[in-house]
Formats: sequence, C-alpha cells, structure tokens
Amino acid sequence: MSKYETVVGLEVHVELHTKSKIFCGCSTSFGAPPNTHTCPVCLGHPGVLPVLNRQAVEYAMKAAMAINCDIAEWCKFDRKNYFYPDSPKAYQISQFDQPIGENGWIDIEVNGQTKRIGITRLHLEEDAGKLTHIDGGFGSLADFNRVGTPLVEIVSEPDIRSPEEAKAYLEKLRAIMQYCDVSDVKMEEGSLRCDANISIRPYGQEKFGTRAELKNMNSFRGVQRGLEYEELRQADVLDSGGTVVQETRRWDEGQGKTISMRSKEEAHDYRYFPDPDLVRLHIDAEWKSRVQASIPELPDARQSRYIQQYGLSSYDAGVLTASMKLADFFEESLKHTSDAKASANWIMGELLGYLNANGLELDDVKITGQGLGEMIQLIEKGTISSKIAKTVFKGLIETGKSPQQIVEEQGLVQISDEGAILAVVDAIIAANPQSVEDFRNGKEKAIGFLVGQIMKETKGKANPGLVNKLLIDRLNA
Amino acid sequence: MSITKKDVEHVANLARLELSDAEKEQFGDQLNAILKYADKLNELNTDGIEPTSHVLPLANVMRADTVKPSWPIEKVLLNAPEEEDGQFKVPPVLE
Repeated sequence: MSKYETVVGLEVHVELHTKSKIFCGCSTSFGAPPNTHTCPVCLGHPGVLPVLNRQAVEYAMKAAMAINCDIAEWCKFDRKNYFYPDSPKAYQISQFDQPIGENGWIDIEVNGQTKRIGITRLHLEEDAGKLTHIDGGFGSLADFNRVGTPLVEIVSEPDIRSPEEAKAYLEKLRAIMQYCDVSDVKMEEGSLRCDANISIRPYGQEKFGTRAELKNMNSFRGVQRGLEYEELRQADVLDSGGTVVQETRRWDEGQGKTISMRSKEEAHDYRYFPDPDLVRLHIDAEWKSRVQASIPELPDARQSRYIQQYGLSSYDAGVLTASMKLADFFEESLKHTSDAKASANWIMGELLGYLNANGLELDDVKITGQGLGEMIQLIEKGTISSKIAKTVFKGLIETGKSPQQIVEEQGLVQISDEGAILAVVDAIIAANPQSVEDFRNGKEKAIGFLVGQIMKETKGKANPGLVNKLLIDRLNA
Repeated sequence: MSITKKDVEHVANLARLELSDAEKEQFGDQLNAILKYADKLNELNTDGIEPTSHVLPLANVMRADTVKPSWPIEKVLLNAPEEEDGQFKVPPVLE
C-alpha cells in the first residue's frame, strides 16, 4: 500500500446530439466531407450573429438536473480567447461565471461501497474543429465541421480517490447521459471526452499536492490506466526527493505512459468576457419543471427497482442498468417470461459473454428481448432443454429468427417421450456392459458416462430428467 | 491604472504578435490613452444600478433545432490562404 493518497477531479465533455449546431443551422452529423458543414457563423466571419439553439439549452438543463445540479435562473455566455487553428474565431463561446448547473452529485459504487462524488458545475459551450497533422510536419489541415457542435462540460469536485473510482464515475456519468438521451456518449467517437486533474499527498495531509492535468485518454480503460501510471510517477518523484510540477501531460496509449505537453510558464490566459452577440438566458420555473418532467427513470432508481421488484442482487441489477439498452432489453424479455432471474442470467452470461468476446455491442446483434423471453418460456415448458437452449440462443443472436422457428428448423425439440428415450437407454445399456457392471458394483460415477452416451445418441435432445430416472430404473431393475 | 511594457509584451504574446521596442512603446501609449478615455465612466454615479452583462433588455433569443444548408465548399475555402483536400492548411501545430 502506497503512503500517498490519490486525489482526482475529472472534466468531462459530452457532445449533445442536436440536429444542428449550437449557434447556426449547420448539421452536426458525423462523417461529412471536410468543411461541408460550415457557414459564416461557425467559421467566425466578421459581422455574423450567433443565435442559440433552444434544444441545446434543454439538453444541457436535462443533463444538469439528472446529476442533481441547481439550475441557474439567469446565465450568460462568455468568450474564452485562445489562438489555436482548431478555432476559426480565435475564441470559444462558453460559460464562465454563470454556468447552467452547479452543486450537483452522483453516486458511484466501488467494491460494494456507495460513494457520493460532488459535481462543481455543468456548463454549455461549443466544440472546436479537428486538426490533422500532415506527415513531415509541413503543416496541419483544419476541418471545421465539428466547430459549433454543442457540448456540456461537467466538472467534478476533487472527491475521487483512485483510478478505479474515476472509471466508476465516468461509467455512471455515461449511463445517466445515455438514459437522458442527450448524447450518444461514445468515447471512441469522441462524443464523450475526459480530462483528469490528479495529485497525490501523504495520508493525513489536508493540503492537496501539486496536480498534473491528463489529456488524451480515449477510452474508459485509458482513463484508468493513465491515472494508474500518473499516481506511480508522482510517487516516484516525491520519493526521490523531487517536487511534482504543475503541467499538462498527454496519455500515450501505445507506450503506456504520460508525456509532458506544456509547463506552467505557458499557462493559459483566456481573458473571458461576456459575449456581446448573445443575450442572457432566463430559465424560469415553468421551463425548468417541463424539462424536469422529461427525465426518465435513471440508472440508480432502475437498479433499486430491479432489486425490489425482481429480487436481483445489487451487482446483477447494476450490470443490467449500466446501459439503458441492456436494461430495456431485459424488461422487454420480461413481457414474455416471468422468470426474471433466468433472463438476467442469460443476459449476463451468454449475451454479454458473446458481445465481449466479439467486441460487439447490443445493437450489432440480432437477438431481441422478446426472443430471449420466448426462449426461456420454451425451457419452462420443457420444449427444449437448457443445454439445447444454448444452441437456440446462438441462433437468436446470429439470425434474429424466433426461438420457435429455430427449434423447428433445426429439429431441436426436446425428446420427452418415455418410449423413445427407453429405447435409447436400452441400447446404451446393451452396448456398455462394463459400465453397467461398474455401476452395480457401487461405482456411481459410471452412471455419468452412460448418461453422456444417451445424450450423445439423442444429440442432446433427450429430457435430462427423464434420462436419469429411466436409466436408474433400468439399472436397478 | 496604467499599462506597463510588461503588460504590452504579455498581450502581444497572447495575440501572437511580434513587436519591436519602438512598437511596444507606441502601443503602450495608445492602450493607456484608451484606458484613460474609458476611465471617464468612473465619473458617473452608478449607485443603485444593477451590474449587467448586456446592454439590451432582452433574454432568451433562441432558434429551433432545424438544419439549414451550409455554405458551398468553394465559398468556404475562399478565405483559406492555403488549402488541401477541402481543408484549411495551417502552420504545423504538433504538440
């Protein structure tokens, strides 16, 4: 155990999925040819006037409410000035001292313990463009399609104490944003981005250590690994008698380490001032309550409900509700079977196992909640065995056909006809006299071999309960 | 309040401007003159007046979330000093 305590605060940017940009009518859709979604407003031509997208404000309000922020009655937009070619205006429209939301929190669960992480603020701003660096360092190419995509920046309090907590916080935040339907929240596509401030201090010390700001962590795993690297690096610096420098460091996934980007001497001076082109925003009680009413049941509430209503464990309910799509899938299956635990087990075992093994998401496979529910019903009714169900399940994932159809097409109906099973039992007994004798001499294990032979003969379709019963009857006869 | 040479250098650096010593002096004087002019505002009695971030008595000027046509790429790139593959070519900014 290290003698240092890690202190982390996260800054998360979430792209809001409006159809048009925050201050102009250009499309926000992804993947268009460079600069084809631009106009004089987002290109920062002189004399143009930005006009605020109402939907972006409502998404930001919704997001702020979902993380328990107080919503400002009045707020304004400010210019954050900086020179970098990803911003054609040379400033970003953001919110400085009057953010939409403040003083929020979310609960995370780590090692079975619930912990509350404070949220300092959530503000609305515009995204910057994308730069591609040309080989050889002769220049960079600027694509401004992304300029003006609405973003919310969510700043946490320095309440996070480990890389694991940081990952749990991000995952919870992603789930909440997904439930609220304000963003696609895909880290891989950049619609969820995360920077981290991390410092360490000896246990018991109240004063925070000098922090480093980490950038370029492009996955949940990357965030955890970057922070894990950084807490060790800072401990090494202190242990060898040095001091941690306040600086920005870039996480290099390939090298598995953080690299210094710029030091404090060049610290930014953004010279914020109110944007004279945009008038103030007034959020009255009526608007607030209308947006509040649009917030659906959030992950924590849904998790508690699953525990109470379906008797699931906290862990299982947590896994199912971590993604809204998965939770919806689970609930859809329950319209077709009453066995919630069976459905949860199939989802967490077979389904997530398949998705993880193949690097897929739920949307990428053809199985539906209805298909799973109906399959569980077929098991309950004895039409198929649990073993055969695995074959059916694979069919559901790969073909999207109904379980009934898969069972019929592949001839998977369970054999529950005593006469038919007896015939096989007798044949196997006749063919394996040694095992029969072993069993009669007290070697109980021999029965497993015989059952195996019978299941093999029936291609796994014999009702296992009946096989056992009939075989023992015959052997004891 | 008065602008020092150091202030001029700081602002010039933020604006990515390279100034000669003579220019630093010249702009420093001009900036001071501007600030002095703005100081006139301090002569006004503002007791009981609410601070405001905007001069217009307006709030909530917003538009619906509808997509409008963007500019044709040829027009967009008219302002590009250099272009390549439909993009603005800028000096290298490797970090």
